[in-house]
Amino acid sequence: MTAMTATRVTDGVWRRLRRRPLALIGMALVATIVLAALLAPWIAPYDPFEQHFDGLTLYGEPLPPGGAFLLGTDLLGRDLFSRLLYGARTSLIIGVVANGAALLIGTVIGLTAGFFQGWIGTVLMRFTDLMMAFPALLLAICLAAVLQPSLWIVAFVIAMVNWVQTARVIYTETTALAARDFIAAQRTLGAGTGRILFRHILPHLVPMIIVWGTLGISTTVLLEATLSYLGVGVQPPMPSWGNIIFENQTYFQSAPWLVFWPGLAIVVLALAFNLVGDALRDVLDPALRGSD
Amino acid sequence: MTDPAQPTGAAAAPVLSVQGLCVSVRTDAGLVPLVSDISFDLARGETLAIAGESGSGKSITSLAIMGLLPPPAVRVTGGEIRLGDTVLTTLPESRMRGLRGDRIAMIFQEPMTSLNPVMTVGAQLVEAIRAHAPLSRRAAQAEALAALTAVRLSEPARRMGQYPHELSGGMRQRVMIAMALALKPDVLIADEPTTALDVTVQREVLDLLRDLQRTHGTAILLITHDMGVVAEMADRVIVMRRGMVQEMGQVRQIFAAPKAAYTRDLLAAVPRMGQGGDAVPRSTAPVVAQLTDVQVRYDLRGGVLNRVTHRVHAVEGVSFDIRAGETFSLVGESGCGKSTIARAMVGLTPHQGTIRIADQAVGTMTAQSRKSLSAVAQIVFQDPMAALDPRMTVGDQIAEPLLIHGQGNRATRRARAADLMDRVGLTAAQLDNYPHEFSGGQRQRICIARALALTPKLIVADESVSALDVSVQARVLDLLRALKDEFAIAMLFISHDMAVVENISDRVGVMHLGQIVEIGSRAQIFGNPQHPYTRRLMAAVPVADPAAVRPVIPRMAGNSPNPVHKVGAVVPRHRLVAVADGHLVAQAG
Repeated sequence: MTAMTATRVTDGVWRRLRRRPLALIGMALVATIVLAALLAPWIAPYDPFEQHFDGLTLYGEPLPPGGAFLLGTDLLGRDLFSRLLYGARTSLIIGVVANGAALLIGTVIGLTAGFFQGWIGTVLMRFTDLMMAFPALLLAICLAAVLQPSLWIVAFVIAMVNWVQTARVIYTETTALAARDFIAAQRTLGAGTGRILFRHILPHLVPMIIVWGTLGISTTVLLEATLSYLGVGVQPPMPSWGNIIFENQTYFQSAPWLVFWPGLAIVVLALAFNLVGDALRDVLDPALRGSD
Repeated sequence: MTDPAQPTGAAAAPVLSVQGLCVSVRTDAGLVPLVSDISFDLARGETLAIAGESGSGKSITSLAIMGLLPPPAVRVTGGEIRLGDTVLTTLPESRMRGLRGDRIAMIFQEPMTSLNPVMTVGAQLVEAIRAHAPLSRRAAQAEALAALTAVRLSEPARRMGQYPHELSGGMRQRVMIAMALALKPDVLIADEPTTALDVTVQREVLDLLRDLQRTHGTAILLITHDMGVVAEMADRVIVMRRGMVQEMGQVRQIFAAPKAAYTRDLLAAVPRMGQGGDAVPRSTAPVVAQLTDVQVRYDLRGGVLNRVTHRVHAVEGVSFDIRAGETFSLVGESGCGKSTIARAMVGLTPHQGTIRIADQAVGTMTAQSRKSLSAVAQIVFQDPMAALDPRMTVGDQIAEPLLIHGQGNRATRRARAADLMDRVGLTAAQLDNYPHEFSGGQRQRICIARALALTPKLIVADESVSALDVSVQARVLDLLRALKDEFAIAMLFISHDMAVVENISDRVGVMHLGQIVEIGSRAQIFGNPQHPYTRRLMAAVPVADPAAVRPVIPRMAGNSPNPVHKVGAVVPRHRLVAVADGHLVAQAG
């Protein structure tokens, strides 16, 4: 039954997605970034860690874009393009894994609290409020300082900090849904809690989860950048788009490309996921079926 | 065409004149007409009713006159609207704003959404008055007080300082009328002004509108779906359907000799009182549902310690039984506890006392008992769109109870769903559609099909036809009646509509403030109502006959106005005394 319905709801999703130009652009951008990250060892023109002797001017300044180095070099004479390609791996892992984990935690907590209410709801939501009131950055720094910084620890820390907003929003939405007549109808049909939660409430939260998920990608990538800047994120020399910006931000006036290109990469990544998310949300809504 | 009932003839120049009005909505498929070529004149002191079912374009017409069509998709695409000498259709918004409220005013169906919840009633009235008249605050306040007095609001001076939520629905609608009439407009557009109100309150509001019209000579454009209201209020009627005028004429003529086939159908579909048929002997079938001394109370917390200080006695000592194949109706006004009983009977609301359905006690709501209750008792809610999951196909939703109860396999469940769809007048081909692809009446059929899937012994219909158009309502009622006979189902029918209740019930209970005040067979209740509250309810029902003499509503006396009591307070129970076999009436004291 579940499988049967699942095929039906998702039936033609790909076909309907294909008809939306913005969705296609978004998917193309996501695919490009993923491919660039996967194929980095083969397409990167240089070793991202190598400090080239000819990568700096005689005065020790980074080289502008063009010439031997496509996007120029950074303050240590490393090839910016190669670092961006390798950095895409870090940023994608953070954006997808950390953000995904945050969404999962937020959804589970929000859904549980919103549906069951009572003391369990109170405990969960007061805890959420506590987390919200606590400065996220401070918490992240504490966690990262206690645990040895590595890529996965950074992802974990970001997930621990970022689930709060999702939980709040999902909680509000779930309380509203749980009070609606079709949930009461389910109860009178004898449906158990699991069925009501997973078949009748969760599907309604999917659009919201998608929107929060796509919005969250840019915030997580930026949070990773901040942590890296503070020295508790991804450790140098490993590149991430965030730490490329922060490493080079002091040269912003004399070498703006060092901030521009990684910044552009983050914007494009966030935009691409937003486009796909928006389209997916519309395509999954039966009320909008056939309207495109 | 001159009618003695209409003193102001067409001789005077019309206040409002609509000629060949067309309104269209812009969609991807081009302009779709919502209203095509409607023309009418409205004279001073006249009431013109635009009647029609949902989607007929009656509200769009009124919004077009007010210049309030939702931009940019919906707009006037042809024709002319004139207010006196002013052509409204070409008037810029800045000047239109000056006319609104001043020369044309409007009251809406739901007064709570039209009033600002964070401003006192007085402040809103003063603001409205000063927006159009150069008055001092003090003078405007005097004006506002006079307006509230004119709409017969009790304690008008105190109401000035109250917020909308402190007033009842009827009082709020009076405030809206006061606001609309404070500036003595030429035209008042009343869009379903009493649809959200209880029937006794509706009567008072309609009387008020009529009196005010008589004093001020205001022309009223009344938008309604209720032919009873049309018959009571209108001088002339326009019947609309799908954006087109079906018929137009004097009210008596339309009701006595409708020309258009649609008007005839519409009038035939209106449930009328006194059509209940003859008395039938009490069924001797086995009892399916039995309620004994049922109470439902809600705690109200207050004070510094947030303790329970008061309780709402939503249902207080209610007892009745329903036999197989019998329809028992509960009638009463909003807040009387009838829906609470409905929800308690299907286990959605905890209660005290005993409810037994098919030899099974409703109460201990464990997952297991809930499941076994669901096999014998099902509910059909008021709003079918809300009762269906919008993200699931109707086929899956009808088959879902079978899945929950582990009956059959996928193929047999689908076959059963197809069968049920067929049984409620839909087709198996529609199984894979989603709820939004159906009309309101069809959705209610889907809900009925879902409720029937487990072949229950009791169906609770909680205002199940109240949200439907009359023609659709009649067909859904027929369906319910046929299904009940076919499967020998006991039915609890909850409604505020006396005419519908008289049409469908075998037995009737009248509820007031959580208690049953009168109970008996349909013939006993409607033929020989004993309790003053029952009589009052019946007298207030609008009769779809302009020639009918409207009885004066008797006022209730000696009843506490709400069911909220202090913790520990002893609530006086009505003592039901038999006046005839099976006909019980509450005795005062």
